[in-house]
Amino acid sequence: MTANTSDAPARMSIPQDTVAISIQNLNAYYGPKLAVKNVSMDIVRHSVTALIGPSGCGKSTVLRCLNRMHEVIPGAHATGTVQLEGTDIYGPSVDPVQVRRRIGMLFQRPNPFPTMSIFDNVVAGLKLNGRYSRAQLAPIVEQTLRQVALWDEVKDTLGKSAADLSGGQQQRLCLARCIAVKPEVILMDEPCSALDPIATLRIEELIRELEANYTIVIVTHNMQQAGRVADRTAFFMLNDDGTGGLVEYGTTEQIFTAPRDRRTEEYVTGRFG
Amino acid sequence: MSEGNRVLGDGTAAASGRAGPLDHSYVQVRSTRPLTLPDVDVKARAGETAAELSGVQRRRKRVNAIMLGFASVSSLLAIIPLVAIALFVLVQGVNSLSLDFFTHAESDVDAFGIPLGIGNTIAGTVLIVLVACLVGLPIGLFSGIYLAEYGRGRFADVVRFLADVVAGIPSIIAGLVGYALIVIPFGFSAIAGGISLALLMFPVVTRATEEVLRLVPLSLREGGLALGVPRWKVIASIVVPTAANGIVTSMLLGVARVTGETAPLLFTAFTHPYWEWNPTHPVSALTVTIFNYVNDPDPTKHKMAFAGALVLVAFVVGLNLVARLVFRRRLAGRT
Amino acid sequence: MAVVTEDKGNRGLRAQNRLGDRAFEGVTLGFAAVVVLSAVVLLLGILTQAWPALSKVGLGVLGSQVWDPNHDRYGALAFVYGTVVTSLLALLLTGVVGIMIAVFLVELAPPMFARPIGFLVEMLAAVPSIIYGLWGIFVLIPLLIPVEDWLNQHLGFIPLFGGTPAPSGSVLIAGLVLAIMILPTVAAISRDVMAAVPDSQREGILALGATKWEMVRKVVIPYARAGIIGALVLGLGRAVGETMAVTMVIGNDPHVHASLLSPGYSLAAVLANEAGDTVNTLHISALFELGLLLFLISIGLNVLARLLVWSVNRGTARGKRR
Repeated sequence: MTANTSDAPARMSIPQDTVAISIQNLNAYYGPKLAVKNVSMDIVRHSVTALIGPSGCGKSTVLRCLNRMHEVIPGAHATGTVQLEGTDIYGPSVDPVQVRRRIGMLFQRPNPFPTMSIFDNVVAGLKLNGRYSRAQLAPIVEQTLRQVALWDEVKDTLGKSAADLSGGQQQRLCLARCIAVKPEVILMDEPCSALDPIATLRIEELIRELEANYTIVIVTHNMQQAGRVADRTAFFMLNDDGTGGLVEYGTTEQIFTAPRDRRTEEYVTGRFG
Repeated sequence: MSEGNRVLGDGTAAASGRAGPLDHSYVQVRSTRPLTLPDVDVKARAGETAAELSGVQRRRKRVNAIMLGFASVSSLLAIIPLVAIALFVLVQGVNSLSLDFFTHAESDVDAFGIPLGIGNTIAGTVLIVLVACLVGLPIGLFSGIYLAEYGRGRFADVVRFLADVVAGIPSIIAGLVGYALIVIPFGFSAIAGGISLALLMFPVVTRATEEVLRLVPLSLREGGLALGVPRWKVIASIVVPTAANGIVTSMLLGVARVTGETAPLLFTAFTHPYWEWNPTHPVSALTVTIFNYVNDPDPTKHKMAFAGALVLVAFVVGLNLVARLVFRRRLAGRT
Repeated sequence: MAVVTEDKGNRGLRAQNRLGDRAFEGVTLGFAAVVVLSAVVLLLGILTQAWPALSKVGLGVLGSQVWDPNHDRYGALAFVYGTVVTSLLALLLTGVVGIMIAVFLVELAPPMFARPIGFLVEMLAAVPSIIYGLWGIFVLIPLLIPVEDWLNQHLGFIPLFGGTPAPSGSVLIAGLVLAIMILPTVAAISRDVMAAVPDSQREGILALGATKWEMVRKVVIPYARAGIIGALVLGLGRAVGETMAVTMVIGNDPHVHASLLSPGYSLAAVLANEAGDTVNTLHISALFELGLLLFLISIGLNVLARLLVWSVNRGTARGKRR
């Protein structure tokens, strides 16, 4: 365990062979403005890592840097290294399109494609990468929908528009869409904030189930949620210079019961945030 | 958790021989059914990220580059004709312009019977457009105010629908109707032409005015009413001036459009080679004159047609620039 | 209990204000009524003028090519054919380009460039019809006659490119000029509807590993589909009603030819050319009947276009829950 110095983020050490994503010196910009400064942390494979912190501290920005979605915004870019299983996704000849095949994303508001049926939504990502017949796709659709516990609810209406589903169902559909391409990592940007409590719990159940096969990084405003689903938690905060940064990173248990940084302690005990 | 329990169907763990995930004591992990369909194995995908793309991925990249490239140059297909037309008008017209062009009417002919200038047509156009403005702009403005401030229910819907219908009439039809309703009983006149143009002008102003007025926040109106200002004054002195930019823009664009119209004037204003300031008389319009002169065998008339075209384009484009740039509107792309 | 006292001084003022309000509302209502009136007068005007021909010739206008007012023969097939062919040709040439321009402006162009380029494209719409006609006569026709000759020589076995190209103009050139004239309409409206597609949709497909073009093709265009079709329909409506540019480059030949390289005629063009000197009252009435036909086609296309575009912009496209 590294001792805490007031300017370096307190972190645990993680065995290198369990690391799926290694972030080193990540800086994210919106145009000329530096939004996130010098983030370094390792994400453990097949576990759930939560990014928590007050609004605007850059956790979503960091998340979006992990699948190179940050640069989709005009003028936005990032520097530093993000290694996915040893390969730097920000390397000079790396195609972001290929990165996003390996790292999937679930968004805050469910965004199924309204012009496609439920069936076509699930296989939307697959169809980008090859021609498959209906016969090949149908089993995948069934299995992924079963995995997200949606199959029984929609198995008779696969041809209908995804727009007719409830919010929770739509989010599970998006999750099915995400895992149908078999990514290694799933990023989730506050996936439950637009959902009711019951739908939220179902998603959290799914996260714990999926953990066995996927590495999951989840941004959440809800500390209780982090406590329920995450193995490890990283706490972010805005610095005095207006940039966001990593304050402390440790096991969820340690962050919430024995935080080493004073700022972490203040946040998790609710003194601000 | 043992390795055997963690199945992905593509043998990542087995291939790389890495240890299983850390032990978590407080989270229950339930086993999941494996996805058994064949898939590209992860190592191959790692290679793809590192720029050794498979055939499918290369094709996707190529198609993307081609189509986006096409999109990027497609704008040129619009800009090239624009520039070509502008240069054409400029080059042809500049040589033919002279002071005589503006100061003489068609009635002033030289020894061969060729007019020395077509200043009367410019004056005629001014007269006709003036009539169109006097008739069309108030209709557009006040009906737009009605729709935004008072219009509820069926009647307003009908007004909106009919404004759209009239907005879509071909200009030649506007001219024909003007011919039937005004020229046949009263003869050719600038007023006939002006009214035909007004038909083309007001619907756009109506819709634009309504749209812009609706954008004025409710709080502004409520503020005025709360101060005890009567409703009509709130509209006239507060709401409309706030929306003035958008309203003026639509009006200027309307004027620019009708100034360039030819077809409605062919048989309403007719032609008249003299300086004419009485709107109840027929007048020559610049656009119609250009059309007639181009069809005339005489090359001097051709030159004058080009000069006229230059003057026309300069005015119309100038008005468009003023409307779009000075009275700024939101344009282009996503914010 | 509060006591309310009547302020007699203000009562007069309020009555005055109410009068002002009533008067103002009345004025605006009046002008709104004028709008309705003008539409009604428009339609009635055309109908009454067209009535003699409607009752005498009626649908016979569509039955024959022979347009001979001096002998009471009013077959407008050539004009309808010309209008349809030139307009469809214009749409064919413009459609894809217009949509791609919209794609460029919305998805590709850096915001700094999108504005001026969008502006320039819209300026194409500001050019008066007669100027297009001039440019068509003096630039396009001389430029394209060798092209037409080439097409005629090498592809003349196809009826579309048969016949003999005439120097006075052709259906092809008219279609080309119309294509340029309606391009800004198609591009601008397509751009507006595409810009209205929510970013969350774009992010959704990109996050699955789609290229930008795949994003456009699979998500943006389908989502904006109704509006894009509306843009195309509106462009078609504009092309149908164009008069001056068409009559100056189409050759004004009142016959149906199979070849695009042959001259032709259009409804709007014949109205412009003949309404000035008609031989008798039936002639002018027949022209009004053609005007009515043109009017109805125009309105139909315009209303259809508005419905389509409206459905996207108001978010009634499938999927806008909450």
